[in-house]
Amino acid sequence: MASKLRVLVGCKRVIDYAVKIRVKPDKTGVVTDGVKHSMNPFDEIAVEEAVRMKEKGIAEEIIALSCGPPKSEETLRTALAMGMDRAIHVVVDEKDTSTLEPLAVAKLFAKIADEEKPDIILLGKQAIDDDCNQTAQILSTLLNWSQATFASAIEPSDGQLKITREIDGGLENISVKLPAVISADLRLNEPRYATLPNIMKAKKKKLDKKNPQDLGVDVSPRIEILSVEDPPVRQAGIKIESVDDLLGKLKEHGFA
Amino acid sequence: MNNLNRLPRLLGQTKRHCFRKIVYARNASTLIVADHDNKALLPSTLNTITAAKKLGGDVTCLVAGSKCGPAVEELSKVGGIGKILVAENEAYEGFLAEVMAPLIFASQQQFGFSHIAGSATAVGKNILPRVAALLDVSPISDITDIQSEDTFVRLIYAGNAVTTIKSNDKVKIFTVRGTSFEASPLDGGEAQQENAPEADTGNPFSEFINQELSKSDRPELTSAGVVISGGRGMKNGENFELLYSLADKLGAAVGASRAAVDAGFVPNDMQIGQTGKVVAPELYIAVGISGAIQHLAGMKDSKVIVAINKDPEAPIFQVSDYGLVQDLFKAVPELTEKL
Repeated sequence: MASKLRVLVGCKRVIDYAVKIRVKPDKTGVVTDGVKHSMNPFDEIAVEEAVRMKEKGIAEEIIALSCGPPKSEETLRTALAMGMDRAIHVVVDEKDTSTLEPLAVAKLFAKIADEEKPDIILLGKQAIDDDCNQTAQILSTLLNWSQATFASAIEPSDGQLKITREIDGGLENISVKLPAVISADLRLNEPRYATLPNIMKAKKKKLDKKNPQDLGVDVSPRIEILSVEDPPVRQAGIKIESVDDLLGKLKEHGFA
Repeated sequence: MNNLNRLPRLLGQTKRHCFRKIVYARNASTLIVADHDNKALLPSTLNTITAAKKLGGDVTCLVAGSKCGPAVEELSKVGGIGKILVAENEAYEGFLAEVMAPLIFASQQQFGFSHIAGSATAVGKNILPRVAALLDVSPISDITDIQSEDTFVRLIYAGNAVTTIKSNDKVKIFTVRGTSFEASPLDGGEAQQENAPEADTGNPFSEFINQELSKSDRPELTSAGVVISGGRGMKNGENFELLYSLADKLGAAVGASRAAVDAGFVPNDMQIGQTGKVVAPELYIAVGISGAIQHLAGMKDSKVIVAINKDPEAPIFQVSDYGLVQDLFKAVPELTEKL
């Protein structure tokens, strides 16, 4: 790379991946009160990649960004403890959180990118709550930047980035010019744990707060949620004793 | 949003122009972005066509690639498609989103489609949100049902909740979960072919280098009738041979859990789950897989689920129709031998 890069990383606060979610009885959403939240696992991978870029001397400044309710500050502190330099929190009203769509988030990110002028924006490939897998693609379009989704390796080469992408049949290599929006897949890296001293240090790092109104972005939803329900429950199955019994069952269903 | 207002203009049209035809449209007219690999049409497209037919109205398919012939030929056999738009150009090699999206956008402008759909494959997921951004609409990912022209069903939280949503955008852009819709039959096709509208194929952003595809003679994972998957319990990559032998007896595809992929036993394109592939075969055999939420998200719509695991408390037994509590290294070879 000719000059050192500035990297902006998206971090979303989501219900922890290990929590068994519960649908609200009035079918308006899922229960989020008193439920453990943490950073979206794909965003942890994006943060880790940015920190490694800085450690390798590729990146000069690495900035964490979250658009979410007041509690998203905890998620940003985690990113800071993992090694991000500073953070920006676009504070969205608690009541608007469940209807905040990737289109709106991408518009907020685009505004921040106009201000911060990063060379790379790293996002997770999807959030594990809405499972949309859209924000990076929309953002790179809004900014008119290069797009590299589902990245499992990022290598600087000749002033560009060589990206290995996870596709349905295997892997794909592309090369992208900067600036670029990249979304991280699971195999990109193994995120580090924040150590206690780093968690303490993260409390002193700079965290700017902004809001969608000041950025001039309308975050009202385009999509109405009519209902949220439990998926159909599978009938309880049976335990069988031996391979012969299993074979019998397979034959019953016509598989053997 | 300044950027957004500028974008359609950058592509040579005003924003008003691109929505004008929609205002007068009375019925759904759907553009499907065909998924192919320049050698054949991918089966997922046939599922997406079924979903589009549910909307009623005209269905048009767009085939873009460096070699469109094989996909166009197969699509022309499918009933219920009015038109096939063809865009053959080297620039579409690798289906890079930055070139594909302006083409889809230009097609939308010319014909005023009310719906644009693609398969929820790596290609569709990469491209469709980009088209949505060009049109300033909120895209809808991975739908499992269509209730009306504007109301769709999809899964959230790794398939642990089902949400019904209504899009208030003028153009509906969505990707389709293949396993939720039957494949359209290859009969009664009478589609007209024509060239897709001209779109800028210059791509100052990215370049396709190459693909490293995993070679397999077994059926393709997402469309296989029988799937056998291995997890961490397989212990290493060599032991997957046990599953391959069983798969060959059953004509099955072989998949894996994230743990097995992360441990390097098998390549990533075999991963089944929330962030890997979603399968719904007639028979799913989970071997040495505990059954984490994220894995279940990718297979719990299978017709019959069999689990082989030595831990009787493994969560996989809560979704399996038949659970065999046994050491896989004993049970799998025995099953293979007796089949």
